[in-house]
This record gives sequence, C-alpha cells and structure tokens, in this order.
Amino acid sequence: MSILRVEGLSKHFRGLKAVDDVGFEVEEGSILGVIGPNGAGKTTMFNLIAGAMPPDSGRVFLKGQDVTGKPPHVIAQSGMARTFQLMRPFYSMSVLDNVTIAVLAGKGGHANPRDHAAEVIETVGLGTWRDSPTEGLPTAALKRLELARAVALRPRVLLLDEVLAGLVPAERAPVMELLERLRSEEGITLVFVEHIMAAVMRLSDSVLVLNLGRVLTSGAPDEVTKDPRVIEAYLGEEPTRADS
Amino acid sequence: MTQTVAVDRTSPAPLPRKPWNRHLLAVAVLAVVMVPVPLLLPQAQQAVAVRVMIFALMSIGWNVMSGFGGLFSFGHAAYFGLGAYTTAWLLVEKGLSPWIGMAAGVVVAAAFAVVSGYLLLRYRLKGAYFALATFAFAEMFRLLATNSDVVNRAEGYHIPLQVEESWWWLQFAPSSPNYFWIALALTVVALVASILFLRSRTGQFALAVRDDQDAAAALGIPVMRYQLTTMAISAGITSVAGAFYVQYYLFIDPDLAFGSAVSIQAILPAVIGGVGTIWGPVVGAAILGPLSDVTATVLRNPPAFLSFLEGRGGLDVVIYGVLLIVIILVLPQGIYSAVRQRWFRS
Repeated sequence: MSILRVEGLSKHFRGLKAVDDVGFEVEEGSILGVIGPNGAGKTTMFNLIAGAMPPDSGRVFLKGQDVTGKPPHVIAQSGMARTFQLMRPFYSMSVLDNVTIAVLAGKGGHANPRDHAAEVIETVGLGTWRDSPTEGLPTAALKRLELARAVALRPRVLLLDEVLAGLVPAERAPVMELLERLRSEEGITLVFVEHIMAAVMRLSDSVLVLNLGRVLTSGAPDEVTKDPRVIEAYLGEEPTRADS
Repeated sequence: MTQTVAVDRTSPAPLPRKPWNRHLLAVAVLAVVMVPVPLLLPQAQQAVAVRVMIFALMSIGWNVMSGFGGLFSFGHAAYFGLGAYTTAWLLVEKGLSPWIGMAAGVVVAAAFAVVSGYLLLRYRLKGAYFALATFAFAEMFRLLATNSDVVNRAEGYHIPLQVEESWWWLQFAPSSPNYFWIALALTVVALVASILFLRSRTGQFALAVRDDQDAAAALGIPVMRYQLTTMAISAGITSVAGAFYVQYYLFIDPDLAFGSAVSIQAILPAVIGGVGTIWGPVVGAAILGPLSDVTATVLRNPPAFLSFLEGRGGLDVVIYGVLLIVIILVLPQGIYSAVRQRWFRS
C-alpha cells in the first residue's frame, strides 16, 4: 500500500489555478522527485498536503488515512514532516535549541533531547554552527537547519522543498548522502521538490513533473527527462539549472 | 562571527549549559538581600518599594504573554481588575480571607484569559488588532463594573478595617514591614514561576510559537493550545498583583481596577527593562517606581533653584513621559537586555 496518496488536489487563488487536479502515489521507502518550472505549483502542492492551507477539492491519504484539511500540527504528528523553501528558523534560539524543539515535539521520547538534537545536528553537517544563534546564519546552514528539524521529528514521510537550493555543489553532496541514508537506513519516504537536475536524477525512484499547476507527466527519471513535453516546459528556464 | 577556533571534529564540544539555575540562584540572592530592606527604609520609601513590587508583579505577568508568548496585550487591566474585584467581593460580600480571594482571582482571571484568548485567536486577530481587542475586553469590564449593582457600581469596595493585625486577613498597621515582605514573596514566586515556565517543554514550545507559528505547527506543535496556556499563566500572575493591591490600599473602584492606565502600568516596566527577558520587568519596575515618585515629589516641593516649577500641576507626568521616551530611544531593547549584551557577551 502506498504511504502517501494524493487524489485530484486543486487550489485556486482568485482566477489562478495554482494546483489543478494533481494526483500521485508514493510507495513506502521510496523517493519521489517533483520538478517543474517556477510557478508550476510545487510549493502550493506541499502546503496543501501538509495542511498549511486547505485544498478547494481533492484528498490526501497518509498511511491510508484521510488527512485532507487537517491542521498542520495534526498531520505532522501523524508522521509527515515538511521543510520550508524560505527558511523559517525560530530566530530567537540557537541552532541547538531549534532542533531540540523538534526532538521534544517528535514522538521519540528521548531521555536527553538536547543530546539527541546535537547528534542530528552532526548528521546534517551543522556541527560548526551548533551553538550559534540562528540570526545571521548563511543560507546553506539555514537550509540544513530546516532539514535537521524535520529529521529530528522522526517522520515516516518527509516533504522537502528545495533543500539543495542555495548550496554550492560541494555542499550538496553530503546532504544528498544524508537523504539516501534516511531512506536506506530508516526507511523514510521522501518527496522532494528540486531544481537541481543532477540531484533529482541521482536520488529519485520516480519523478513527477508539474507545469501550470497540472501533472505534465510522471515516471522513471531518465524517461521523464527525455519527454519532449518536459523539455518544452523548461524552455526559457536558465539552462544552468537543468545542467548543474 | 566568533567562530575563530578550529572545531575538533572527533569530539564535539560539550553542550552549552542552560542558564536556568543561574536565574534561580539570582532570584534567591535577590530575595535574601531584599528581606531587611523595610527595616532600613523610612515609611514613605517603603510604600514606594511596595508599589515597585506591584508594578513588577503586573509586568512579570504581562511579559509571559506578550514577551515570551508574542501576543501583545493592551488589556492586562482586565486580569488585574478581575484579581482585585474577586478578592474584594469575596471578602466584603462573603467574608472570605483575601488569600482565598487571591487564589479565586487567579482562577477567574486565567479562565477569562482562556475564553477571551480562544475568541481572539479563533478569529485570527493579530498584532495591533489583537492588542486593541484585549483593550476592548478591559474596557468592557470597566463599564460592566461601573454599571453593576452587584459590585457597587462606580463606588467600588472599601476593605473593612480589622481590629487587630492579622496574617489571615492580610491586614497590618500601615507602617508594618509585613506588606513589603508579602509583596516580595509574591514577586519571588512570580519570578520563579516564569523561570520554571520558560524552562519547561511548554515554555520552549511557546517561544517556538512566538518565533514562527507556521514552523512550530509544522513540527506538530498545537499552536493555539500553547498560546492559551501562556495567556492563562500571564493572567494568573497579573491577577495576584490586583488582589494584593486591594489589600494594600484597602480600596478598589472600576477605574483603578480596569482603567487603561493599569494596562499601561503592566506594559511599561517590561518595555523599559526588556521585553521577553526574565529580569526585564523587575529592572523596569525598580526604575519606574522611584522615578515617578521622585518626579512627583520634586515638583510638589521643588528645591530653591527649581522653585519656578512649584505648583505646575501635571508637569511631573510630562517629565516622567519625557524620561520614558529618552530611555526607549537610547535603549530600544530595554535596560536589562542592553546591560546583558554589554557585559555578559564578550
């Protein structure tokens, strides 16, 4: 049974169909990459799935249970975590405290939440920033902090919104390794929005392509990227994005 | 950044220690140092000291909701007044000890905070609109009290004088240091409560909610539950100030209890001292209390070289206001925060 199933999801903002009849399924322990040009509706789709805003129509099933329109904290407690594309740290706290909040909020039941948070911080490669205030951290560190908080919740499904964006190639490799480890060692299901095609090709078991709010196509990574419709949708995008 | 030392990868640095024990120790030291104060102060200054602690108590309460919880209240008079009126009503009408009244006041104020908070948050009032709505609630109580026979309308309550000094009836000779010690004990309890709150899981989640509601919700934190908890604790602390106020001044009326000046008195010490810090409200109260007293006294009986100021009614309030503006301009983060940054962060 698929751990996450989305059916006919739609959201309109005034006249704009931001997400239009989107449906897909993700098998437990697999990685789904979501690509599409800017404005394709990727982030809105995440917001609908994670409960940050209610869909106009459509259903979201997590582990077979209908979670459509549930408040975000209920969905998070049901085992689906998400990161924000625009990083949203708890600005008054250090990196360690940020992640400790996530450990406390998660279901781990750790005797020593701060120790565990410190471990997670090491795992995502944030060690040097552990005791720094989040204010003034570079983008790369904030991106990893988003990831660290989500991972610390010990979710079954992880929705990642451009966690690699803003990182230089040398910084991407460890994050990509981490994502692979999360899947292989902990069996976490990943759905990730990404512009960096190299990462999408390497990590994804399957790829979902969104364009103008609709599913353009989906399938194995190399099939999808050869699809002429996908290439056409990306025309006009900066070529570096697809190349890198 | 300060990250100049190379970090040893193999053995990560020990986790930084949380400051809670230091704060609790500081409270204990403060309490011990303050105990002999009323024996050293002349009676007039003792009254100022008691007022300082009433200010501090109100503001420690305000700071929990608005500093730690991020919900700006302009209506803490509602909680202060509920504490005061509950105590006065139970004492005068039902003959119950003010200690019982104080406890009942905490329950009433906290319950009102939860109900009103639910309505405000349910309809997603934010920022200035939230503050205005809390102000409206306080005004509603003021008008309600002014027009209800149940609580003597505009007359309010006079606390009947006891024949003898009594701890149970919380009444002593005006010069008794007991008032000071009780106010000190209440302030210490409120400080400890706010430190324990901050240290707790609930307090940490409240801070997360304040910093970013959406990010907190995405971690599975039920935002509204923590906002309402903060409001309830805040209301409870401020209501104690109201209950004590009635017993100290032996009088309460709708304006003294629910007037907007009361809400401002709850805000100012925290703003002057440092919003969202444990010590801000205390530092602010310790500065504002004597300041307002000194400006009032000096202008009532100015020394010779300032004699031209004599008899200018209201000028003390003007000077007080100007000093406030100067403090806020020079130290926008509050005095405590500024001092902490200067001396405790290398």
